[in-house]
Amino acid sequence: MDRVEILKTYKIYIGGAFPRTESGRYYVPVHGNKQLGNICLSSRKDFRNAVVAARSACGKWSGKSAANRSQVMYRIAEILEGRKSQFVQELQFQGSTKSKAEQEVHASIDRLIYYAGWCDKFSQVFSSVNPVASAHFNFTAPEPMGVISICAPEDSGLLGLVDAVAPVLAGGNTCVALASEGMPLCAITFAEVLNASDVPGGTVNILTGKRTELLEHMASHMDVNGFLYCGSDEEEIRKVQSLAVENLKRVSISTSEKLLSSERQNPYCIEDFVEMKTTWHPIEIISGSGSGY
Amino acid sequence: MAKSPKLEFDVGWDLSPAPESTDHINLKGQYDLFINGKWTKPSSGKYFKTVNPANEKVLAEIAEANEKDIDKAVQAARKAYVEVWSKMPAAERGKYIYRIARLIQERAREFAVIESMDGGKAIRESRDVDVPLAAGHFFYYAGWADKLEYAFPNRRVHSLGVAGQIIPWNFPLLMAAWKIAPALATGNTVVIKSAETTPLTLYKLAEVIEASGIPPGVVNIVSGAGETGAAIVNHPDVDKIAFTGSTGVGKIIQRAVVGTNKKTTLELGGKAANIIFEDAPLDQAVEGVINGIYFNQGHVCCAGSRLFIQESVSDLVLRKLKDRMESLIVGDPLDKNTDIGAINSKEQLGTINHFIKTGKDEGAEMYQNSCSLPDKGYWCRPTLFTNVSQSSKIVQEEIFGPVLAVQTFRTIDEVISKANNTPYGLSAGVWTDKGSKIFNLTSQMKAGIVWANTYNKFDPTSPFGGYKESGFGREGGLHGLKPYLKI
Repeated sequence: MDRVEILKTYKIYIGGAFPRTESGRYYVPVHGNKQLGNICLSSRKDFRNAVVAARSACGKWSGKSAANRSQVMYRIAEILEGRKSQFVQELQFQGSTKSKAEQEVHASIDRLIYYAGWCDKFSQVFSSVNPVASAHFNFTAPEPMGVISICAPEDSGLLGLVDAVAPVLAGGNTCVALASEGMPLCAITFAEVLNASDVPGGTVNILTGKRTELLEHMASHMDVNGFLYCGSDEEEIRKVQSLAVENLKRVSISTSEKLLSSERQNPYCIEDFVEMKTTWHPIEIISGSGSGY
Repeated sequence: MAKSPKLEFDVGWDLSPAPESTDHINLKGQYDLFINGKWTKPSSGKYFKTVNPANEKVLAEIAEANEKDIDKAVQAARKAYVEVWSKMPAAERGKYIYRIARLIQERAREFAVIESMDGGKAIRESRDVDVPLAAGHFFYYAGWADKLEYAFPNRRVHSLGVAGQIIPWNFPLLMAAWKIAPALATGNTVVIKSAETTPLTLYKLAEVIEASGIPPGVVNIVSGAGETGAAIVNHPDVDKIAFTGSTGVGKIIQRAVVGTNKKTTLELGGKAANIIFEDAPLDQAVEGVINGIYFNQGHVCCAGSRLFIQESVSDLVLRKLKDRMESLIVGDPLDKNTDIGAINSKEQLGTINHFIKTGKDEGAEMYQNSCSLPDKGYWCRPTLFTNVSQSSKIVQEEIFGPVLAVQTFRTIDEVISKANNTPYGLSAGVWTDKGSKIFNLTSQMKAGIVWANTYNKFDPTSPFGGYKESGFGREGGLHGLKPYLKI
């Protein structure tokens, strides 16, 4: 008799743990006539729990040295490289061809490496020492924005999520990401990669479910600082933008254009989710020597 | 603790009046809209009065722009953008901005006096802060015009088009400079609206702009109330909205641009914490607190309106603070001895008085300077409240007046969490002599500007703007270019 295969129960990822949704609900995404699984239909309460986890992880992630964040992100790429075949299989299971799936996984790994490298460099690119006309040392440097809601692209199960999450992480933020509704499998497997990569629990939280249910809560939550919307549905964009006004979330809209191309990656994606802080301090003037910066 | 003898400010402190003369001020009785390089009558025929808040006398009548006038101004700005400004070599664009800077410098005294007459701020401030900084902003950004490619690595930048700009009444000329200078340097054209109560220096700026020979329509200047602002925000041919004002109005604007391609910059309210540690140079700190909250009558979005004093020095600091408050001179804005001028408008005085009453009703203990106030005009004594809690209204809400709420703290963690416990995040102040403590605090404040051992300092090269509900985008410095560019 053939061995009976163990099927995987797909969970969600909150605060470094893998619960099923508190709501007990599920949905079954379908590819062709193939059912992908009983996927968690996350609730508003799941999202709120994830925000609490993300907020409490802020200090743990942003408090690491930039060099350390860089190494942790590099580690994510390492682990992903090691589990490449699992992702290729899952992508194929969700309808991709083998070569396209391989291409997507490779691009995902490379994108992580790209942003890992930026962690301890982007602030040098975006900072300035400002030559003020008075006797002060004055500099402007980026700081993490805080907790970011991410609505990952619908049409790319792995790369779309990685491409959205990586710059947000590189900027020192924590996030709650909603996976592609139709292709959620890789997102949850990617959570396992994150969980094995020294990323502090709560730094990235991943939910599965329906945009129609969760979008408004992700956009209106008062303890979320920014929103990355991936897609082009005008009605959804309008909804996110209007709800975000309540606490002036910074909203960034991204499409899936050229997702595979390295042209897409750039540090301005990191800059979208940082805040610029300007600090002043007087410089002692005794002898009139005119010291300054 | 030994009490210092009561300082007798009534004795031997009589300063002779030293008013700045208004002889050379060239003020017309009526100002029309400045559209397409021409002084234009408002289509409604309506004018509103602008009043000197120090004596309640009418200074001039200002044309009120309605939707039609705004449409005319936006069309002029679009035409100037398409036909002239976006085609002009960047270096030439820069030269016009340099001219504006120079013309402001040449007429600095006139600008300062009118600013103090129209807005009530002490001449010492308009002369030494507002006007030189305004000229400085134009000078700084003029030089950026032909260097933009160096500001954004690996990017070609493009201007946006027509910028609609709405400015507040607390720093009229300076805010106009913060808005117009970067917009022009990046190749955009402008429709800017003055605040209702302080339009005059914007029309003096219109004269400067006219004299600079900048092509007609590049800068259009209008006035009016909320409806006029709404007409700018909602105009379909405006590409960019830059707003400085209250968080409430900022949210209305942000909602209005939902679903459009308009880029926004919002510089909104604040409720800044000013923190004094026991190891701070206390006299300097007290001076910084005074400057932090009473500068410009407290009509400052980044005012240090919440003071946190470490418990071990709180008695001493409060005594020094009250002594210093007692020496502040409230009165004629045009007098060079005046520290605190007139409250900007009757309406704002009402708001401030309402907050003061709320503070007392909530059980806080009030202290005010005992100086006499002029009979006419709108005045408020420098005020501080002790015995307040984190939940007090005067601790939570922006008052925009000379009212300070004082709390104490014991540990660093405590004061960090109290200071950040606000929806605002514009600015903060830290006073301590210990370098490592400074950087601990400055990096933990959730605020866009942090002053350490100083307060309320501004510079054209220094980016300004908030975290959280204090808005987004930066004005000033290299970072002030991005909000006006596609990159």
